[in-house]
Amino acid sequence: MEGNQLPCQASYMRNALFNQGYLDDQFLQLEDLQDEANPHFVEEVVKLFYSDSARLIRNIELTLENTPSDFEKLDNIMHQYKGSSSSIGAKKVKKECTQFQEYCEVENIDGCLRTFQEVKQEHASLKRKLENYFQLVREAR
Amino acid sequence: MDCNCFESPWPADELLMKYQYISDFFIALAYFSIPLELIYFVKKSAVFPYRWVLVQFGAFIVLCGATHLINLWTFNMHTRTVAVVMTTAKGLTAAVSCATALMLVHIIPDLLSVKTRELFLKNKAAELDREMGLIRTQEETGRHVRMLTHEIRSTLDRHTILKTTLVELGRTLGLEECAIWMPARTGLELNLAYTLHQQNPVGLSVPIQLPVINQVFNTSRAVKISPSSPVARLRSSGPHMLGEVVAVRVPLLHLSNFHIHDWPELSTKRYALMVLMLPSDSARQWHVHELELVEVVADQVAVALSHAAILEESMRARDLLMQQNVALDLARREAETAVHARNDFLAVMNHEMRTPIHAIIALSSLLQETELSPEQRLMVETILKSSNLLATLINDVLDLSRLEDGSLQLEIGTFNLHSLFREVLNLIKPIAAVKKLYVTLILSPDLIEYAVGDEKRLMQVLLNVVGNAIKFTKEGGVTVSAFVAKFESLRDPRAPDFCPTHSDNHFYLRVEVKDTGSGINPQEIPKLFMKFVQSQPLATKNSGGSGLGLAICKRFVNLMEGHIWIESDGLGRGSTVIFIVKLGIPARLNESNLPFLHKGPGNQIELNFSGLKVVVMDDNSVGRMVTKGLLVHLGCDVLAVSSGDECVRAVSYEHKVVFLDVSMAAVDSFEVAVRMREKFSKRSDRPFIVALTGNTDRMIKENCRRVGMDGVILKPVSVDKMRRVLSDLLEHGYLVESQ
Repeated sequence: MEGNQLPCQASYMRNALFNQGYLDDQFLQLEDLQDEANPHFVEEVVKLFYSDSARLIRNIELTLENTPSDFEKLDNIMHQYKGSSSSIGAKKVKKECTQFQEYCEVENIDGCLRTFQEVKQEHASLKRKLENYFQLVREAR
Repeated sequence: MDCNCFESPWPADELLMKYQYISDFFIALAYFSIPLELIYFVKKSAVFPYRWVLVQFGAFIVLCGATHLINLWTFNMHTRTVAVVMTTAKGLTAAVSCATALMLVHIIPDLLSVKTRELFLKNKAAELDREMGLIRTQEETGRHVRMLTHEIRSTLDRHTILKTTLVELGRTLGLEECAIWMPARTGLELNLAYTLHQQNPVGLSVPIQLPVINQVFNTSRAVKISPSSPVARLRSSGPHMLGEVVAVRVPLLHLSNFHIHDWPELSTKRYALMVLMLPSDSARQWHVHELELVEVVADQVAVALSHAAILEESMRARDLLMQQNVALDLARREAETAVHARNDFLAVMNHEMRTPIHAIIALSSLLQETELSPEQRLMVETILKSSNLLATLINDVLDLSRLEDGSLQLEIGTFNLHSLFREVLNLIKPIAAVKKLYVTLILSPDLIEYAVGDEKRLMQVLLNVVGNAIKFTKEGGVTVSAFVAKFESLRDPRAPDFCPTHSDNHFYLRVEVKDTGSGINPQEIPKLFMKFVQSQPLATKNSGGSGLGLAICKRFVNLMEGHIWIESDGLGRGSTVIFIVKLGIPARLNESNLPFLHKGPGNQIELNFSGLKVVVMDDNSVGRMVTKGLLVHLGCDVLAVSSGDECVRAVSYEHKVVFLDVSMAAVDSFEVAVRMREKFSKRSDRPFIVALTGNTDRMIKENCRRVGMDGVILKPVSVDKMRRVLSDLLEHGYLVESQ
């Protein structure tokens, strides 16, 4: 289903997500890949992202707890997480990830921790919003 | 009578008595002989109807005779017997006479009427004889005419016709001489053409206005003329006494006046004269039937002559046609030879001419790059300009001849219409600026951006037209407007062979180039499109040009199934060149905003990737899923792997492209690439290796190139980008632009 074919509420929410900077063009690309062969592609990708990113966040948390000075490891995990989030077009999340990686580079643990909180926050809020959005989409079908 | 006889004085009366005696005797003789004669002749004739009347009559006569005979005896003394006999005889005679008298009353009218009937019949017989004679002569005439006609019409040769006529007429009518006088070409004279007995008539001629000739020509009948008239004097010698002469007109068909339906009264005014002469030594006269024969023959001759004339004419026409055919054939062959020769010449000359020109241009350009003094530079620039002009001229001439041959093909492709116009204007702006003219471009909003057509030639036409506009404008400027022509406005009475067709994937582009220049005399307009014609007077000194420009434009426009014309209000009032060309609408409009990186024959907007086997290696599941989804969407058969080992293991010769995500931490994609290269020794088996990275660092690109990767793609990858990448890879084997 194209974005502009969604009923009003769903499309309004989608537009809001874009306008508020939660999603960027990559999300559009994902929507482009959705066709008759893959009618729920976007939703599947997002679901995968959330399961994957949950794991990654868990990893970072563990690392921060156990070996907080292993910036390389942190950087690697965050790199992965950044890759995933940029793959679905989670703009704000990606920004925070980049920020985190910068702190990792300068080995600023506090900065990392702070940013990590932001990351988690953005992650959660986007997840919520996307869940609502897909709910609406599912209802509209 | 009684027996009392008179005593008559004998001596004086004896003589008288003797005479009476003798007379009576002769009477009796006659009376007896007449019946005998009658009987004799009646016996002789068989048909006389009144025999018994004759017998009666004879009896009467016999008895009368007897009476008279017996009278002889009664002059003297006679016995009683004689008296008795006498009485008996008289009595009988009386009876028979009375009977005869009575009978004659009945008979004589009959006899008389027999006579009248005989007369009547004789008259009738005479009349019938006459008529019989007439019919016989007519039949004779008819036979003669038929024979004559047969003879005349059995040939279509004019001379034979006339000769035969003369011969047959001469024979039929027993003529001494017979001649035909034909009118001369001038129509003022009659020339002696044929005669019966003279073999070669000497060139006699008489003027046509003689009264006797007019007399003959004014009637369709045969006319008797005087033997001393000039037409009858055929032999130059002699005091011949000629017999009667008859002349008749023979109508001649004047070929230029030949109409099938009004033959021959109206149009023929020309006559020939036929003159017939009876033999002089017989006292024959012309009979009516002979004259009629002559008239009929004259008519037949006229008909036969007309047929002969028509035949001659048609033979002549046919000969003429054959000659013309031969001449035309020859001309055609000559024309073909000429065309072949010209084509050969052009082909050779084209090559021969271009080579030196190219050398001149190339070397002059090179020379320009070197150190030159200002004068030298000026000279070299002039050389360059002139040779460029010459090259253009040669190209133009070649183009034109190819256009005329019909051997020029348009190179169709998709191009940006808007940018074409802008480019043309950009080329023109410097020149216009020098002349302080303005140049305006108006593109209609419904003009689509991309069109299918021959971009190069359209630009050529536009450049030529706009260039002309600039050339001939001294002040003001040029306005170029382009819009989509509405179908109804396309039909132009000026171009009857311009038939716009209506179809869904074509549209007609209408371009108007209006200038405020010197204008054109409306009468000159048709000449402008003819090649090598320059309009007079040429006021400007750089109105150079071969005069081919507009002609070529017209040819190109025609090739594009369009039409070009010029409108001008007159000298000094500017002019507008308008042309309409047919362009195609590109098939996929959503591809139209792609800039095409390379021109190939037929820019393929979409390659078919279905079933293309590719491998995606990414340890990030989300990224892997996205890239796989992307490639699946394009129709590829995707194998997604998450580790380098898996990748190297799984890749086979069937896979055409391998996408390696190089931002992986755990895996060294470069190592993977190297290992894959080693796996496939032959270049053709190896799949393309493309790196996917979110990092714009130049180092990445270097590294990728070093390990032999075929390209680098920057994430995020859109569908279009991936499509382009795939098509680049498959078409060219490398990425033209790595993005």
